[in-house]
Parts: sequence; C-alpha cells; structure tokens
Amino acid sequence: MRKLVFVLALVPVLAYAQEVTRDGVTLSQAQETRAEDIGSQLRCLVCQNESIEGSSAALAKQLRVIIRQQVVAGDSSKSILDYMVQRYGIFVLLKPPFMPLTWALYASPFVALLLGVFGFWMARRGKVAAPAPLSDADAKRLDELLK
Amino acid sequence: MIPELGHFALALAVALAFAQGVIGIFAPGLRDARAMRAAPALALSHFLAIGAAFLALIYAGVVSDFTVENVADFSSSIVPLMYRISGTWGNHDGSMVLWCFILSLCGATVAAFGSGLPASLRARVLGVLGLVSGGFLLFTLTVSDPFTRLWPPPLDGAGVNPILQDPGLAFHPPVLYTGYVGFSVAFAFAIAALIEGRIDAAWGRWVRPWALLSWCFLTAGITLGSWWSYYTLGWGGYWFWDPVENAALLPWLTGTALLHCAIVVEKREALKAWTVLLAIATFSLSLSGTFLVRSGILNSVHSFAAAPDQGLFILALLGITIGGSLLLFAIRAPVLAATGIYAPLSRESALVLNNIFLCSIAAVVFTGTLYPPFVNLLFGVQLSIGAPFFNQVVLPLTGPIILAMGVGPLLAWKRAALLPVLQQLWLAAGVALVVFLVVAADRHVIAAMGLAGGVWVVLAALTDIAGRVRLFRVSAAGSVARLFALPRAAIGATLGHIGFGVMVLGIAGMTLATQKVIVLTPGQSTELGGYTWTLNDIHDAPGPNFSQRVADVSLSENGAVFLTLHPARRYFAAQKVVTNTAAIKTNGFQDIYAVFASEPAGTGGAELRLNRHPLAPEIWLGGLIMALGGGISLSDRRLRVGAPSRKKPAGAVA
Amino acid sequence: MSPLRRRLMFGIPLAVVVVGGAGFYTILRRMQENAYDPHALPSPLIGKKLPVFALPGADGGQGFANTDLLSLPKPVLVNWFASWCVPCLQEAPMLAKLAKAGLEIWGIAYQDQPGDLANFIAANGNPYTRLAADASGLTAINWGVYGVPETYLVDRTGVVRWRYAGALTDDVVSGTLQPLLQQYA
Repeated sequence: MRKLVFVLALVPVLAYAQEVTRDGVTLSQAQETRAEDIGSQLRCLVCQNESIEGSSAALAKQLRVIIRQQVVAGDSSKSILDYMVQRYGIFVLLKPPFMPLTWALYASPFVALLLGVFGFWMARRGKVAAPAPLSDADAKRLDELLK
Repeated sequence: MIPELGHFALALAVALAFAQGVIGIFAPGLRDARAMRAAPALALSHFLAIGAAFLALIYAGVVSDFTVENVADFSSSIVPLMYRISGTWGNHDGSMVLWCFILSLCGATVAAFGSGLPASLRARVLGVLGLVSGGFLLFTLTVSDPFTRLWPPPLDGAGVNPILQDPGLAFHPPVLYTGYVGFSVAFAFAIAALIEGRIDAAWGRWVRPWALLSWCFLTAGITLGSWWSYYTLGWGGYWFWDPVENAALLPWLTGTALLHCAIVVEKREALKAWTVLLAIATFSLSLSGTFLVRSGILNSVHSFAAAPDQGLFILALLGITIGGSLLLFAIRAPVLAATGIYAPLSRESALVLNNIFLCSIAAVVFTGTLYPPFVNLLFGVQLSIGAPFFNQVVLPLTGPIILAMGVGPLLAWKRAALLPVLQQLWLAAGVALVVFLVVAADRHVIAAMGLAGGVWVVLAALTDIAGRVRLFRVSAAGSVARLFALPRAAIGATLGHIGFGVMVLGIAGMTLATQKVIVLTPGQSTELGGYTWTLNDIHDAPGPNFSQRVADVSLSENGAVFLTLHPARRYFAAQKVVTNTAAIKTNGFQDIYAVFASEPAGTGGAELRLNRHPLAPEIWLGGLIMALGGGISLSDRRLRVGAPSRKKPAGAVA
Repeated sequence: MSPLRRRLMFGIPLAVVVVGGAGFYTILRRMQENAYDPHALPSPLIGKKLPVFALPGADGGQGFANTDLLSLPKPVLVNWFASWCVPCLQEAPMLAKLAKAGLEIWGIAYQDQPGDLANFIAANGNPYTRLAADASGLTAINWGVYGVPETYLVDRTGVVRWRYAGALTDDVVSGTLQPLLQQYA
C-alpha cells in the first residue's frame, strides 16, 4: 500500500517527463503541451471556427502530426507557426499578427476606453449650461431695474 | 388548405403591422384619441394573425405535409414529434416567422399590460413596434416565404440535421429570440421618448421592466446555447467566439449597461442621453446579428445559407431602422436636459464606469468580429480572428468591472465616501486575497485572479445584503424579518451579481481543466487528474435512425471504481453524418467528460478524449442565477406600475 | 460646450453606422456579382513558383515534379481531385470540356486508392495530360491545399497565377479563367 502511495505521489513529478502518444506520434508530456499550445493557435481550414487541436477533420490530424514531429525535432514554436503561414497564409492564425493592417484592431480596446472616458468628461463639463441670453424686452427691464 | 390559410394570415399580418405603425406614430401628433386607442387593438390583431401563420407552419411540420417546401427541405416523417415542431424554426425561413411572432408578442404585451402608460406614449411605442414588425414581415413574406409549395410533393423530407435533434437546441432559439427581440420594446420606448422630446423618472420606471424581461431571456438563451454546445459538440468547450455567438453577446453587454442606466434615470434623472443611445444600440445589435447570420458575410458554424439578395433586403431594413433612429437621436437628444448632478465619486459614477467598460468590451468584440470582412473589402487580405485574440483582449477588460461590481452597490447616490464602503468589504476582500494567494502558489495565476474575482463579487453582494438586514447588529429574528421586507428588486439585483460571480468562478475553474487524448485497447488504463481511467469494452448499440458504437469507460480512485461512462459515436445513415455523444458526469463542482473520438483502424481500440473540468457546472449555474435574479426583480410590484396594473387604477404610483 | 459641438457629438453614432452600412452594401453587391467570396482564401503561392515536389504517376499516367512546370509552351492547369470527392465528380465534365478545347490539364489524385482512382477515370474520362498521385497528402500541405477539388493556373515560366478552391463552374471559367488564360497565353 505504501508503495502505491509513493508511486502515486511521484505521478505529478513524472508526468511532465512521461511519454504520451498522440495521433501516432510519441513524445514527452512537455513536448505535447507545447504542441497543443501551437495547435490551438492555428485555425482548422476545413471546419468552421475550430482550432486544429479540437478538430476531428483529417487535414487537422495531419497538421497535428506534422507539428508534433517538428516539436520532437526541436523546432521553435515560431518556426512551426511560420511553416504553416508560409503554406496557408495568415488566415491560418487565429490571432492575426501585429502589423500595420491590424493596428486598429489591437488599438480598439484602448480607443474604446478613451472615447468612453472622454465622452463622460465632456458630458459632465457641459452639464452646467450657461443661462440663455436675455431677450431684448427683458434686457431693457433689467437696465431699468439697475438704474 | 392550412398552409394557404397560414400564408394569408402572414400577408394579413403585414397589413395590420403597418397600420399599427402608421396610426401609432401619427395619431398622438394629430391628437386623435380614438385613433390612439386603435393602436392596441391593431397590435393584438396583428399578433393573432402572425400567431395563426406560425401555428399553420408548425401544423404542416407535425403532419409532415411535404407540399410545403420548407417542410420537405428541413423535416421528415421519421423524425420524432418534438423535433418536427422545433424543426420549424431550425431553418432560415421558419426562424424569421418565429422572429416576427415574438416581435408581435412584444407589441401585444405592451397593448395588454400598458394601460398604466399615458395614451400618447403607448400609441407611439406600439407605432414603432408596428413599423419594425411590418418591415420584417414584409421581408419574410416576399423574400423568405416559408409557405412556398412544392408539387408533386416528395415521398419524404430531407430530414432534420441530427445535431439539431436535441431538447436543448429545440428550446434555445425561442428563448434566445425572446431576449433579442424583447429589446425592441426598450427601443420603441426610446424612439417614442425622442419623438415626444421628454425623458423623465417615470419613463425610466416604465422602461425598466421591459429591458429586464428581455435581459433575463437573453441571459437564459445564451447560457442555454453555451451549455448545449458543451454537451453536444464533444470538444469540452463552452464558448468559441464564433461570430454568431458574438452577435448574441453584443446586445447582452449593451443590454446590461442599459439596465443599469435605466436605474439611474429612474432614481436620479441623469444619464438620459446614454440610456436612450443604449436602448437604440441594443436592439440595433440584435438586428445586426440577424443580418450577419443570414447574409453569408461571416465564416460561422451557425450561419444559415448564404444569400446576398436577402442580405441586401435586411441591410435596407437595418438602414432605415438603425439609421433613422440614430438620426432622430442626433437631432433630438441634445434637447434632453439632464437635471441630476452627481459627484465624481458616487453610485452614478460607478454605474457610468461600469457602462464604459461594458461598452468597451462590446466595441472590441464588435471590431474583432467585423474586422475580417472590412479588411478583405478594403485591402484584399483575408484575416482570421478567433478565440485566442478575443480571450487576450476581453478578459483584461472584465477585471475593472469585477472590482467595481463589489463596491458599486454599496456606494451612496449623488455623493459617496469610499473609505467606509471599503471598510464594510474587508471580509470579502480578505477572503478573495487568500484565495488568490493559495491558487497562485501553484503557478496558476490566471485561474487565481479569476477565482479571487468570483469570490470577491459573491461575498461583496452578500455583504450588501448583510448590511441591509443589519446582520449581527440586531437579533437573528430581526435580520430575517428585514430580509423578507427587502424590496424584491434589491434581492434580484444581488442575485444577479452573485450569479455573475458564480459564472466567473466557473470560467476560472475551467482554466484549470486537464485533458488527455489517448488510444486505449479494451482493458488498458491511463491516469488523468488523479483518477485511473480504464476502457472496458466497445460494443454496438443501434438506435431508431442511427447506428452507434459505445465505449465503456470506468473511473477508479485508489483501486475502487466509482463511475462508469458510456461515450458513443453515432452514424446517421440518411444524412451521412457522424455525431459524438459525450459522456458527462457532474457532481455539481466538477465535470468528468469523456468523448469517443474515433476507432483507429487496426488497433481494436478507441481514441478517447478524457477531461476533468473543475467548476464547469458553475458556468451555467451562474447564468441561471443571473436570470433568476432578473425574474425576481421583475416580480417586484413597484416595477410593474407602468406596465401591468390590473388592480390599481390607471396612472397610480406605488 | 457649444450647442453645435454637442450636436456633432451626438451625430457620431449615426456617422459610424452610415459608414458601416456603405461598407456592407459594397460587400453584398460584390457578392451578388460573384466578384467577392467571403470564404475564399488567397493562396500564398500566387506570384511565386511552386514548391519542390516529385510525385509518382498514377493509373498509367506519367508523374511529374516541380521542375517539369518551370518552362512550358503554354499555361497549365493543375487540378487536385479525388475519387471520393463529390464536387470533383461534378467538375469532371467541365474539365473534359476544357481539355477538348485545348487547355493542358495536369491532375494530382489526393489521398486516393489506385483501384478507386482507376474506376473514377474510367467512368468520367481522363482530361489529364499528366496524372500523378499524392497518396500521403504531404505535397498538398506544401502547396497549401486544404480540400479537393482545387485548381491552380501555372503560367509558362512556372509561376502560379491563380488558385480556385471548389468545383469549376461556367461562371468561374468564363469570368475568371478565360481572361487569365488570355493574359498569360
């Protein structure tokens, strides 16, 4: 029993180095985690709005295999993503790269917040409206009263 | 015969809706009291007409009348009764009829329960609703007519998509549409107010129940949709930032902001222009959602068949409705005089801050959803924007909202002091901090922030109630008595915040989910999340219209088996579709989720996706609590003064 | 704040909606004229030479490599297809028509079995001057092919000028392919 507890206690430690097999490729848990991270950034092109990690499509599976083979070979995540973009275009990335075309996109939260705060500030400033200018008759009356 | 009557009823509804619209808008201006009284009658008869058309379409589906092209294309005789009924709205044409039906129901409800409203306001509200209804009914009748006939009829229909044959999905559209379309009433109130040139506390009190009712349904509809995709689609995910999901989230965000603004208008007569703009924006976003789904512009799981012609018609409708209402806003809104003044630190300011963040999130989601088609149009570059982008950008914006939600309800109106409020919240803050430190120690920083945030919101809401019932400062019996004496609106609002906090807990818990994809042969085991998962057996289990392979998976802890799951794969021969039936077992605080992904040839085993989802049930529990809170708020009699007041004489104020 | 500035500020939402509406209108009109497909993916190969590959022949046809496409007497259409793909079946008559009209078409069978492929060719005719097989699908990935059928137009210098995903229809052929063929003849 104690042995069992000992082994079970080691499981979390060993898990990271443990070998897993995914889609026919055998790799360490750490490598699998990195491969899943890369895969979840790539769009499955034959599905609607899924990443290649979650998809059951044949093309997605092929790409998962390629990613894992490249991870085992030691390629960096960036080079693997570049490999995919080179073949499929930037559409394959679920998060578009930060480039002049997407500056407006990435700036949108800041712009929205700034506009909101600015609008609030302007609204508060204009709250105390200047009194309406006096009509001629009233102006005359005022003059007479003040004399 | 019945479909022809339904078709006629649809045409009649168009006429009645436009009559309601024209009379409702112009009668108050002409000071014609009799015409103003005609508007509710027209609204009710318009509702009956479209109701008859809707029933006729359902009837055609139930009896499997394949001379109706819609039934032939989207239903079949071997489909169970429930799905023959729900299949009515599972396609584009039928769902437009459902949309129009609910729109007319809104008008009928205002007509029936709005006797407390001034006659001119009620007439104008019904007028606006009539015009919008008329436009969409015209669209349905001309371009997407569900009653087109087919002769000779086919022997059997094409069948209902197997994925749609599910009780959750049967109810998702009606609930969701009631939410979407329900905001048309708040919209109509806003337009009526702009025409009349007057927004006051009474208007705020009248609008709130309608906004609240729609918000409840929208919350429930989105929760239901998310839960359905979790248990049906087999990926263990619950939100994909799919463009059509975003289209439902956008009106929810602005609708929540609207709800909070309406409170301020009612209590403090401030934020009038913002409230009107939000009412217009929320319904406009609902309409835009309709447009995007049906036009084919977006890549989405939910899109109905792409049809640019229909897209142009809806765009025209949107142009008139949204453009017209914003033009009216630009002209008339500057005239709205806000009389309430408040200090920079006050409950009003907290609500404004809340609105700014909610609307910023809405703006970001909106931008992200529409950026690809516009960039494609302008530069010819095809971008894709998916979950990683939205998660990265939206989640930081929810942080300030979560913090403010705890403090806001305890701030005083007009001028508040922050320190006493913070002192009141010491317990909530302390517990949240402890939770954060404990979870962050395991290097799960994001989950730590989420869990701490959820705990903070829930405890802060409870602190608010504790303060109101003077917990520990009077006797227990005194506190209980005060609890029951609390206005239901207060309890509802607290529950709403608690629900949101619970949902945040659920979402944070899910970030700690563990998953494993593995091929097992019968008898093999694997470890995940502290449990041992064993594949016992794979066997056949055919169903009425599908063949099925079932995997028996048992879970054990320390050698003792405590759970057996049966994930399955189904093949529907008629449509050549394979679906995955995930096996989910919940204990209220975590979900065990197993999917039978495939049977790799030559192994004799099964590829399984095994998941452990901590706190997953809390996501939908939170949504339900929020909707429940809204419902309880609605039952507060003070809120119904402007709307239903059957026992009180018209115009009486509680 | 002056009344004019205040009115202008209130007009901002309207301005945003008008601009957005104009944009959507343009998108829809272009979709109607088939000048725009929101779901079409531009291929990164356009304007470039094909990636390095060499595929074996199939069904008695002669296989080919990227070197074979580097200098040609006239533009070549490379058609990716499979016997198990329904739109490929629908496209077959169109390809036969184009081949008969003198267009040179080379075919690549994607992840297909030799027997099924032979049956498909026998049933639908063989419009392909050269026929190769990519059984593993790895060459397809290098090309950026994500489904079948896909058709690439390669000009005389071996540069890719056009990629179409989906079955070729009359509209696509007359509207897009013919002008391109004239341009790169």
